[in-house]
Formats: sequence, C-alpha cells, structure tokens
Amino acid sequence: MAEPNREGGVGEAHANHVAHHFDTAEQQFESGKLGMWIFLATEILLFGGLFCAYAVYRSNHPEIFVYAHRFLDKTLGAINTAVLICSSFTMALAVRAAQLGRTKALVRLLAATIALACCFLGIKGVEYEHKWKEGLLWGRRFHATLEQPAGAGNAVVQPSAPAGMNPEERSLIPPAAVGPRGLARPGQRAPGDEELGPPKNVQTFFAVYFLMTGLHGVHVIAGMIVLTLMLLRARRGEFGPGYFTPVDLAGLYWHLVDLIWIYLFPLLYLIR
Amino acid sequence: MSLGHDILGRLFSWAATQTDGSFWMPVQASAGAEPVDRIFGFIFWVSVFFFVLIVALMGAFVVRYRRRPGREDAEDSSHHNTALELTWTLIPIVIVVFIFAWGFKVYLDLNTPPANSYEILVTGQKWKWLFTYPNGHVDENLHVPLDTPVRLVMTSEDVIHGFYIPAFRLKRDVVPGRYVKVWFRAIKPGEYQIYCTQYCGTGHSDMWAKVVVHEPGGFERWLDEASNFLKTMAPAEAGERLYRTRGCAQCHSVDGTGGTGPTFKALFGHPVPLEGGKTVTADEDYVRESILDPQAKIVLGFQPVMPTFQGRLKDQEITAIIEYLKTLR
Amino acid sequence: MERDETTTAGANPPMGNALGADNYLRHGRGLKSWLFTLDHKRIGVMYLVSILASFLLGGVFALLVRTKLLTPGNSALMSADHYNQMFTLHGAVMIFLFVIPGIPAALGNFVLPLMLGAKDVAFPRLNLASYYMWVIGAVMALISMTTGAVDTGWTFYTPYSTTTNTSVIMMVAGVFVLGFSSIFTGLNFVVTIHKLRPAGMTWFRMPLFLWGLYGTAIIQIMATPVLGITLLLLIAERALGVGIFDPALGGDPVLFQHFFWFYSHPAVYIMILPAMGVISELVSVFSRKHIFGYTFIALSSIAIAVISFLVWGHHMFVAGQSNLASMIFSALTFMVAIPSAVKVFNWVATMYKGSIWLATPMVYVLSFLFLFGIGGLTGLFLGALATDVHLHDTYFVVAHFHYVMFGGTVIAFLGGLYYWWPKMFGRMYSDLWGRVAALLIFVGFNTTFFTQFVMGSHGAPRRSYHYLPEFQRYHQLSTLGSYILGIGFVIVAVNLIHSLFRGRPAPANPWGGATLEWRTASPPPHDNFATTPVAGDPYDVEAWRYDRTIGGFVPRAAGDSPAVG
Repeated sequence: MAEPNREGGVGEAHANHVAHHFDTAEQQFESGKLGMWIFLATEILLFGGLFCAYAVYRSNHPEIFVYAHRFLDKTLGAINTAVLICSSFTMALAVRAAQLGRTKALVRLLAATIALACCFLGIKGVEYEHKWKEGLLWGRRFHATLEQPAGAGNAVVQPSAPAGMNPEERSLIPPAAVGPRGLARPGQRAPGDEELGPPKNVQTFFAVYFLMTGLHGVHVIAGMIVLTLMLLRARRGEFGPGYFTPVDLAGLYWHLVDLIWIYLFPLLYLIR
Repeated sequence: MSLGHDILGRLFSWAATQTDGSFWMPVQASAGAEPVDRIFGFIFWVSVFFFVLIVALMGAFVVRYRRRPGREDAEDSSHHNTALELTWTLIPIVIVVFIFAWGFKVYLDLNTPPANSYEILVTGQKWKWLFTYPNGHVDENLHVPLDTPVRLVMTSEDVIHGFYIPAFRLKRDVVPGRYVKVWFRAIKPGEYQIYCTQYCGTGHSDMWAKVVVHEPGGFERWLDEASNFLKTMAPAEAGERLYRTRGCAQCHSVDGTGGTGPTFKALFGHPVPLEGGKTVTADEDYVRESILDPQAKIVLGFQPVMPTFQGRLKDQEITAIIEYLKTLR
Repeated sequence: MERDETTTAGANPPMGNALGADNYLRHGRGLKSWLFTLDHKRIGVMYLVSILASFLLGGVFALLVRTKLLTPGNSALMSADHYNQMFTLHGAVMIFLFVIPGIPAALGNFVLPLMLGAKDVAFPRLNLASYYMWVIGAVMALISMTTGAVDTGWTFYTPYSTTTNTSVIMMVAGVFVLGFSSIFTGLNFVVTIHKLRPAGMTWFRMPLFLWGLYGTAIIQIMATPVLGITLLLLIAERALGVGIFDPALGGDPVLFQHFFWFYSHPAVYIMILPAMGVISELVSVFSRKHIFGYTFIALSSIAIAVISFLVWGHHMFVAGQSNLASMIFSALTFMVAIPSAVKVFNWVATMYKGSIWLATPMVYVLSFLFLFGIGGLTGLFLGALATDVHLHDTYFVVAHFHYVMFGGTVIAFLGGLYYWWPKMFGRMYSDLWGRVAALLIFVGFNTTFFTQFVMGSHGAPRRSYHYLPEFQRYHQLSTLGSYILGIGFVIVAVNLIHSLFRGRPAPANPWGGATLEWRTASPPPHDNFATTPVAGDPYDVEAWRYDRTIGGFVPRAAGDSPAVG
C-alpha cells in the first residue's frame, strides 16, 4: 500500500490533518488502521454469535435445514454474491484512486459501490417479499402451508406413559412438557427423507435466516451511509496521497461486510 | 485415588461428620451429602491456611516495616526471585488440580443413578412443585422411602426453575421442553426443605415443598392412603385438598384477599363481571370451563395468565373442586 | 510522619500545585466547554461523577432490599414484585452503569495518557462518543425503571425474560448502547497503549496499571459484542416472537445462558483487572519499594484475560450441560485462579522490607488483600463441581461475588480515587477521615457479606422475597452491616467533596510515585505536560524523597543521603 507522503497531489493543502496528540502523520495513520481492525474484530464477534446459533441448531436438527433451505432462491443469492464481490472490487479501486489523488475516479467508484449495494438490497427485498407472501417467517409468524405426503397425516409423537403408571387413572403431564425431539441429540430423520413430510419446527430455519441476513442488511445500510459521506467529502477534494485514511478505513469495513455475506450464502442457500 | 480421598476426607471432615448439621452445613440426609461435605471441609481448611498466612504476613509487615522517623525508605532487597515465584505458582496449581479432580469424581457419582431406581416425576411450574408417583397420584410434597435410590425425572411447565434439596446437597435446573434426571438415596428419616433456586417471578420464594423420608414401610402406607383420597374423602374435602396441592392456592385465595386470580370466597353461584362488559353466573359449567380453558372468559380487572389444567385434572377431581367451591360462601 | 492539615487554598501553594494557574479544569469555561470537550481528563471527570451517581442509585436499591430482608414474610415496605424489580435494578445498575465502566472510564481515562507522557488518548472524539453512549444507555435504563422496570434479575434468563410483562426491551436496549461505550473505551485504550507509548517505554517498562487496563480493553473488545448479539436476540424474541429460545417453537432456553455468560464471565475480569492494576501501583508507592515480580504480574493480566474466555460454563454446572463440558469448565476455572493468586503473593512480597505508609490509599490496599483474598478463595468452592451443586444460586454465591466485585474492585477503586484525587483536583483531603471511612467500610462489608456465606451453605436461596424464619438472624446481621457500609460511604463523600473547597493545595507528587503523571502539576495543564517527560522505571520510587516544606515528594538529587527530608 502506498506510504502516506506529505508532498504533491491534492492532499497538500490539507497536510495538517495530524491531530495535536499525535507526533507524526504516520503515527496517526497507523493508529487509525489499528483502531479499524479492532472494530472489525468486534463485528466478527457480533456475527459470531449468530453463526454459533446456526451451528447449534443445524447440528441438532439437520433435517430442518435441509428441508427449509429449498425455499431460498439460489439464483438470486448467487447474483447477490456476485454483486457484493463486484462492490468490493470497486471499493478497492476507489481506495487506490484516493491514494493516487484521482478525485473524479474516486467519486465515480464510490458511487458505483453504493449503487451495487443498492442492487444487493433490492434483490434482498425481492426475496423477503416472497417469504412474507408465502408465510415463511420466523417463530410465531410462520404460517406457510407445507406439502404433506399423500395419506401420511401428521405423525405427532405422544408422550408414552412412564413405566409403572396405572394406565386407568394416570394424570398426564401436559404436552408442553414433552421434550422436542432430539433437542440434545441428533435429529431422528435422515436428511432428505421427505416421504415422512415436513419436519417439525421448520420456522427455526427462518428465524436463523432472517436474523442473520437482517443483521447483515443493517450493516450494508450502515456501510452505504458511510460511503455516501465519503463520497461527499471526496467531491470536496478532501482526499489525496497525503490523506486518504477515511476512504481506506471505510474500504476495510466494506470488505468485511462482503466477507460476511460470502459465508452466509453457502451456509443458508447451498445446504446439501 | 479413592484411598487418598478417604484418608484426607477423614482428616478434613470434622466440619462434616455431625449429622445434625454443622456451622456451615445442613444435616446430611442423603448418601451423597457426606462426600460433598468432605470436599467442602478440605477446601475450607486449605483456604483458611492460605488466608491466615497472607493476612498474618501482611499484618506482620505493616507493623515491622512501618514508616517511621529513621525508616523513611525501604531496605535493599531484590525485586524478583524466580525460584520463589515458580514455587508459589506450582504449589497452588497442584492443590487446585487435586481439588478439581476430587470434585469431578464426586460430581460424577452424584449424577449417575443406579439401575432400578424408584422413579418419581417432578413438575415445576409458577409457583409450585408437583410430584407424580408411579401409580399416578400427584402430590405437592416429595415422599420417599428410606435407603432406596430414587430417581427424579423433572420438567417445567413454563420457565426455568431450580430444584434444590439442601439436606441432600442436590440441585438441578428444571427446563421447559426437556426432561432432566437426578437421583439420591435418603439415609435419615425426617422432613427436609425443597426450594426453587432459579428465579422465576413473583412467587419464586414461595416455591417451597418438603421431602418426607419415611421409616421402612411408611412410604407404601402413605402412598396408598394418599392415592385414594378421592375415594375415601367427601367430595368437598377432597376438593379442598386439590385446591391446596395442585396449584390453585398460589393465585386464588379463599378468604377474600386479592391475588393473581379472583378469590374463591363467595364465588360459586354469584355473578362474575368479565372483561368486555358481559356478566356470567359462576355455575358448574363456568368453573369447569375456567379450569380447562381459562382464556375463554377473563374476569374484569385480572390478567389472562392462568394456565390450562387440561390433562392435569381428571373429571372426578374437577367435580370435587366444584363441590368445594360451593362450600365457600 | 507529616500530619495532614486542611487549609484554605492560595496561601503559599506548594511547588507543583496549579490550582491558581491555567489547569485543565479552568481551561475553557461554561457548560459547552465540558459537553464538547475532547480532553481525556475532563471526560474522565465526567465519567467519575456519572458512575458515582450510579453507585449511589444502585446502593440505595441495595439498602432498600436489605431493609426489606429484616423480616422474612410480607413487608409493608415493598411487595414481592417490587422486591424482584429492586434486586434486578440493583444488579443491572451496579454492573452496567457502575462497575463495568468503573475504573477504566473514571480513573483510566484520566491517568492513562499521563502515565504515557502523552497529550491524549488515540481517539479523543471516540472517547467523548463513548461517554455519550454511556449517558444514552443510562437514560434508557432509567426510562425503563419508570415504564414498568425489570424483574428478571440482571441475568435476563429466558424463558422468564421473554415472557414477563415488565419493561425488558427498554432496559436491554439501554444495556446494548452501554456496550458500545465499553467497546469504544477498550478500542481507544488498546490503540493508545500500542501507538502512543513514549520512547524508552517498552512493554515491560510500562506501569502495571496500564497492563491491567490493556488486559481489560482486550476483554471489552472481544466479549462485549457477544453480549450485544445476545441482547439483540432477546429483543427479537420478545418483540418479534423469533422463537430462538422458546422450546415450543424449536428453540433452546439454555442457549441463552451460553451466549449470556460468554460475555458476562469475561466481564467480571473487566471489573477486576484494572483494580489489580491499581493495587500494583499503590502497594509499591506506599511501601516505598519497587514492585516485586513485575514480569509475572504483567503476564498474569494477559493470562487472566485469555483464560477468562474459556470458563463461562462454570455458571451452568446445574443448568443441564453435559458432564464433559462441566468437567472442562471446572478445570479451566481453577486455572484462572492461579494468576490471581500469584499477584497476591507478589503484592505481599512487595511490602516485605519496605517502608509502609498507612495513608488512606494504603489502608484500602490492605483491605483489598483481605477481602479479595476471601473472595478468591471462596471461588474454589464454586469451581469444584460437587460443592458447586450445593452452593449454586444460594447466598454463598452472592457473598462470593460481592467479596470480589465490591471487596475487590470497589475497594481498589476507592484506593485509586484517594490516590489520584490530589492529581485530579489539586487538593489534599483529610487523611484521618479517609482512614476512618475505610475502616467503617471494611467492618460494614464483612458484617454484611460474611454472614451470607453461612446462610448460603445452609441452603438459603438467593433472590428470595420470603425466607424461612431460621435465617432471620443472619439477615438482620447482614442488614446492620449494610447500614454501617452506608455510613462509611457518606463519610467518603463528605470528606472528598469538602476537600474540593477546603483541602490543602496538593503538590505535584504528594505520595512519591515514580510514574509519569506525578511529573506534572496538580491539577495538570490542558496539554498534560509543559515538557514531555522521559520515561524511566515506573517503580523507581526510591528516586523520590519526602520534602516537609511542600508536604510532598521531590526528586532525590544525586548525593542525597537516604534519610534526608
């Protein structure tokens, strides 16, 4: 990466960006970089919790994930992945433009990145709308009609009476107390075993799906706001070889947003 | 390992051997209590040793090296001593590893029920424990025979509760949606306290019950008598017992005082104002519906928080309750 | 030893005092100069006032709880619901508003750049933003107290927290915002320590308080986001019915506990590591002796920070996790005890052959060693699986964590406050009343909480509005202790506030510390140092000698005999 130098380029008139508590511009730049990387670490941990929840529920109930992920549109997901990767590319080029003092290119590339982000959100909006119409929502809001295999009827597991109980006069423990099948053990059906009909608690998948993509979407929006601010500052000629730190740091954040999607896509859309 | 534990256990168990409870511990009423108390005793004396050592040294230094005219500065001494520092790192490591291993071993014993345990189902709900015996009888207290391994299979109706018998050193969180299992063997006849230890709302500190350890033969007699109360008692009397033991009393008073639910005093046969403006008469059908489908009619001024007793009260029991309500003028 | 006398300011203030000069307190006047300040010292002072106000609020809740507990049955003072809200708010306010920001925000913000000979932290605007986050989070928490409060316990366990009809979302959202405050502070401190150390101050020539703050900052950065996602999930469950913790919808209530404790266990080390850093500073200065075992103490802070992430399951030994998981967590829990023990031995060894000066800060050091010793040792009972089964969720646990959080962190915080007070405000306080208050707090604390160990091992469950009459005498003794504690704190407040108006002007180095903050005036100028000091050995306290004429320490000139002064 280009060393920040204090001569030449558009940045010269603004060389006094060094804050009073820093000794050199280099110290300031390195501090900013370190700070941004630490912030990215916190974001990874934030999403990490959700990835953890995904792992727990998928390992306990693989049948839910195999069944439910079919409702996601792989094509749209793939397009979105490509869109975000492109936006990371334009972002990287934008940082380079800032380093080289090419303001017009910088502005155009930032605009392109923002436009691609809009595209991503638009496609996501289409996907969400489809889920909403079909009732494929989280938790209590789930009201989709899932196809049943012919003649099967819903196999509901009754709690069997514990050994030793008097069958004539027993008091049943009410259904709410029945443990969900296999909560602490692997699911009792082989994945893809559709002759038995849809598994119970399909809404769990959609809870995980909306939480993960929703939080990601919030971060995309936040990134767009930051990039817009960068765009406005770039148009005012604030960035150049002597000072491009904010663009650089915004770029780091944007790459992380992209990277998180690159993990989300296969985990949610491409389950086998 | 167990021989060593045994010897050390005897050395450090004076705080633990008094079966009437000691300064620190309640009575040892189960077979599992004494091993736990021995570990407690060991940790206690190790702690006392190190604590006294540190405080004594601290006190001695404060006195001996206190700042005074002529002693404004410290004496020359080194600022580190690797051998010493390693020693006082390694010795505590050895001690804590020992404590860990001992604790883990006893914990495994506490968690491994023997085969052929007598099984009792436990249900936690806000804010009562209910115990279901193998013959189907449901009771508000835990009765067990002496010297018999008993296995409790526990679940919750609503939120997480904590089942705790201090005298047995036994505790487990009771979680909705799953069954958890604990076991014990009571060695001392008597009555001991059961608490709820996982905070669960308004009545959390009222979720008390008793574990009654019967003398030989007593348990079977009790179970027989208790299971047949519907057959042996008058309906209204049986209804009163059900009211007390099956969770009604937590929310409904019989003397007119307010509670989470309406009082039963002067309820039966009288008009009941409902949310939404209507009024109904509290007759047999109303009482039955309120028990089986409590959300159908909400009494004016109360929250819709009553759980359904569908499947938890038999028809005979509901009848007994109705008869009881009729006596509450 | 010089007896301390409070006098009016102005009459011959000693060299190094800047009360009448342009110090940071007088640099810029008016509310706006404070609200929009970028000066870490002013931000530190604002934090100090804020967290002390929170401590007062949390303390009032505690006294109310303890007063109710004088009797075992119903109380005219409060209903069961109010009691449940009261202990929840006591916990939430004390933890999220007071102790987690605590020493880093109130003392660290002020002292860290000074100890580095620097002009400010790496990101002053982020620092101000972290304070605003605190204020916003605090306001949200206060609002929740007026819209139905919270009655879940500070731990918010599901399914109770997802189904109770108190103001959970508002409180939890407030805590979420407070998390940002914590993360920003941690981020700032890490970058500052990495990038703004002066020439000559390598890592192992840094004061141990900064090692403590560094370890804390690592935890703040890594653990708080997990709390963030946990709270977001809780809000989503309540507001949207997501079902991730609801067994009827395929969720798992125990998963919440794993998420929650993944943050909240490291969080307690956020509380104690800075406290240990303060003790390292104080014990050396007030024994007039170089700290013993610097390297071990420094590395133990990092060891504690790392291992703290691996032990969260020790809160869940009876929650339903597997025996294997419980075993691993128990083993690691014992490992995390070792670095703390090593620190205690090092501190006591520092006192050996020292010249021990029982000024108020040192009284708090002794108090800390006693109380944290008990707190740490009682952790052994809880780390061992078999005994934890009996003691979990009883008053034994309540006593344990109060001994470490209060007897540890708060005591060290008070010691640090009394230590840096002259630097922050240019005033000395009455040392006599400082020590009287410290003694009252010590006695009151032990009375309040030692009894709770015995109650707990006898089976008394925590969070209980009603209790069995056999525990009443314990509760009454404990409540008596809490009143003594209250009186002690009143004296602390009166003593310190009085010093602001009437205290003897403080010299630059009243205690003879060798860290860089004592090389500048009391209070410091806006830019911290007139000339940037050169970093030396931060524990070379023997390079300073007491000068009676200024009532403070001056550098020992070459050739000075040790007994001069």
